[in-house]
Amino acid sequence: MKHICLYFQVHQPFRLRIYRFFDIGVSHEYYHDLNNRALLHRIAKKCYLPMNALLKKLIEKWGPEYFSVSFAISGIALEQMQLYAPEVLESFQALYKTSGVELIGETYAHSLACLKSRTEFERQVQKHQAVLEELFSASPRVFRNTELVYYDAVAQWVAKLGFSAMMAEGADTLLGWRSPNYLYESAAAPLALLLRNYKLSDDIAFRFSNQAWEAWPLTAEKYTQWIADLPEEQKIVNLFMDYETFGEHQWPETGIFEFFENWVELTLREKVGLFVTPSYLLREHTPAAKLSVPMPLSWADTERDLTAWLGNELQEDAFETLYALEPLVENTQEPSLLRDWLRLQTSDHFYYMCTKFFSDGDVHKYFNPFSSPYEAYVTYMNVLADFKERLEAQTPVSLGGKSAGDVKE
Amino acid sequence: MKVLMLGWEFPPRIAGGLAVACFGLVKGLVHQGVEVTFVMPLRTGEEPPNGYRLLGANEIDIPLTSVVELPPFWHQVTFYGVRTALGPYLEQLTEPVLSFSAVPEPVTFTTETPLRLEFSGKYGPDLLSEVYRYAYAVSHLTEKVDFDVIHAHDWLTYLGGLWLKAKTGKPLVVHVHATEYDRSGENPNPDIRTIEQMGFEGADAVIAVSFYTRALVAEKYGIPPEKIWAVHNAVLPKDRRPVERPPSRRKVVTFLGRVTFQKGPEYFVEAAAKLAPYVPEAHFVMAGTGDLLKTVIHRVAQLRLGARFSFTGFLPPAEVEKLFDLSDVYVMPSVSEPFGISALEALRAGVPVIISKQSGVAEVLPHALKVDFWDVDELADLIYGVLRYKGIRPFFVRHAQAELSQLQWERASAKVVEVYKTLLT
Repeated sequence: MKHICLYFQVHQPFRLRIYRFFDIGVSHEYYHDLNNRALLHRIAKKCYLPMNALLKKLIEKWGPEYFSVSFAISGIALEQMQLYAPEVLESFQALYKTSGVELIGETYAHSLACLKSRTEFERQVQKHQAVLEELFSASPRVFRNTELVYYDAVAQWVAKLGFSAMMAEGADTLLGWRSPNYLYESAAAPLALLLRNYKLSDDIAFRFSNQAWEAWPLTAEKYTQWIADLPEEQKIVNLFMDYETFGEHQWPETGIFEFFENWVELTLREKVGLFVTPSYLLREHTPAAKLSVPMPLSWADTERDLTAWLGNELQEDAFETLYALEPLVENTQEPSLLRDWLRLQTSDHFYYMCTKFFSDGDVHKYFNPFSSPYEAYVTYMNVLADFKERLEAQTPVSLGGKSAGDVKE
Repeated sequence: MKVLMLGWEFPPRIAGGLAVACFGLVKGLVHQGVEVTFVMPLRTGEEPPNGYRLLGANEIDIPLTSVVELPPFWHQVTFYGVRTALGPYLEQLTEPVLSFSAVPEPVTFTTETPLRLEFSGKYGPDLLSEVYRYAYAVSHLTEKVDFDVIHAHDWLTYLGGLWLKAKTGKPLVVHVHATEYDRSGENPNPDIRTIEQMGFEGADAVIAVSFYTRALVAEKYGIPPEKIWAVHNAVLPKDRRPVERPPSRRKVVTFLGRVTFQKGPEYFVEAAAKLAPYVPEAHFVMAGTGDLLKTVIHRVAQLRLGARFSFTGFLPPAEVEKLFDLSDVYVMPSVSEPFGISALEALRAGVPVIISKQSGVAEVLPHALKVDFWDVDELADLIYGVLRYKGIRPFFVRHAQAELSQLQWERASAKVVEVYKTLLT
């Protein structure tokens, strides 16, 4: 029997509105509220609510010992649910109460803070823990970083924060001849590693409805067989994907919901596998090897690196300009500034500035409110300029350094 | 393969992109081993020689015959006696905005025609009659030039091309650098439009400088798309060192092109008006001339932006290059731009370009900054971004140079040779 670990990522950013240079210093409204609300409602209707209902049905039918799943829900997504669609939050809370769900820790803002500031990274991890405690009474043991970004240093920080395991991409560059279908361990810290089986994950997440794919149409029988056919000694199958895969990336008309349900039923009936949580894997397995990852690795695109977020000069400039504001943020307690600081760190803003038009462009366009990376960059930089002015207005002259000269008291 | 090429402009006489494109294409064709004879209205002798034959229509001997037989197609031309401004073609603003008085009856060339016809080679008030004279003159080339294909650039030479085709039966390619809809919007000059229609219909193949123009020719003139080939323009490499820039905090925002409806100069001014109070270091240069220049200057004065604007008038190529060296961003807000070769010239000088989405050049520059010409706020915001945020310039230059290196006239002319081959087999 395989141990199939399903982990779903739930995240929606606060997308920016078109914010022009002449808005700087005039308007502090950065977000496209209407759009964000409409998108969340649409995704809730097409994905969150129906898929939650399906998962709940399966958990209640089979019991958590046969069918469990795990989620990481970003703090920013939880904020949006509270703001725009409380019924979605309630639906996740009800699902969690079934005991068939494990919640995973991440950065509150779904950010790449780890690359710039350990302090900010830790602050966000703890803030996310706090919000899970508040809304779900949950305390996560397993961590996943934004876009599955993983490297040795971050493993050390995560271990120090008290987590037992972390998720990472089962990239070929990391594993070489090894298989992702084992439990691993960080070479840098006392931390277990769960590696995504990208082939089997992407068969569902990306290829399911692709008619040009030789395996199309993907049936429950076929997929169950693929998993059953894995070598006997490979016990673990980590299927990590965006939750929006169900009903949004893959429309209901593609049969994604029916496929999922049939596959789960078939897997359990035929005793091909059990659907287990990450913590279950930690209890049942011992690490097969220690892995060292000096350079950041992600689950994105074919390169599995950070180039989708920090691959060009626009992104680098925006990212550096953002984190140059951290000292100013530390001097303020103003709630609206702290709120914007988090929302502006969300990795999606940098994703919209990605210019890998040709290779992975389709994925990058998804929900992108901007018509070009330049528009995304200029809008973001305009917003940062206003945000900086507001921060400086809060900051005593002696602390602001060079920019303090511009402070309007 | 031998090509008889008809064109209105050739360096050093440059009014816009047409001369630059013709020059690049001819050089590229020579590189492909094609024998090119290029016939312009007036040859001055200053044209750069380089493996091709140049001829002026003013040098063509017209035999003294008593009756001049017009080709059959000539009678399709319906000339309306409308008064119209040939705006984009007026060379000098110093002349009053010129109206075209009634176009003559179908032109009759009498026996009194001198041995050689006279041409100004300019876009003056006499343009249409010069177009007819040119057609008549080149129709006499049948005995003097050996060729396999006739290739005519823009409507000015289409009648000549059609006449040659009628006499010889050789295939005719017409090359569309711009249509009357680009120049005049939805109110085309009916004479020019008629000539274009005849050219597109009478040609064996139509070459458009972009997919944008290809679609326009198909839609507005009802030409079957399978007859129209898109061949993008290119740019000749320059191994010239940029001029030293004086240290200055001033940031130069440049518009370059004919100051006419087609080029959208008003949108440039309105974007400048938005930016001016926020970017005190920005200075706006409008290089070029045209029938909207007075209107634009009035508007700039009305906005009290005179001190922030420079109007240079028409600039010769060497001055254009200097201007690009001094520019921080080049803006091309064209309302309708079949290609927009100046964007490539700016790029070649390492200047970030903002081009309208309604331009053919946008098709070959995926990394250019693009904007709808009417979206003045977005245009202003992008200019602001280029001037104030340091991410764009290095990113843009890196990618654009790579894109530019793909745009070689050798490649464009290889495609043109493909077109010839389909007509000759």
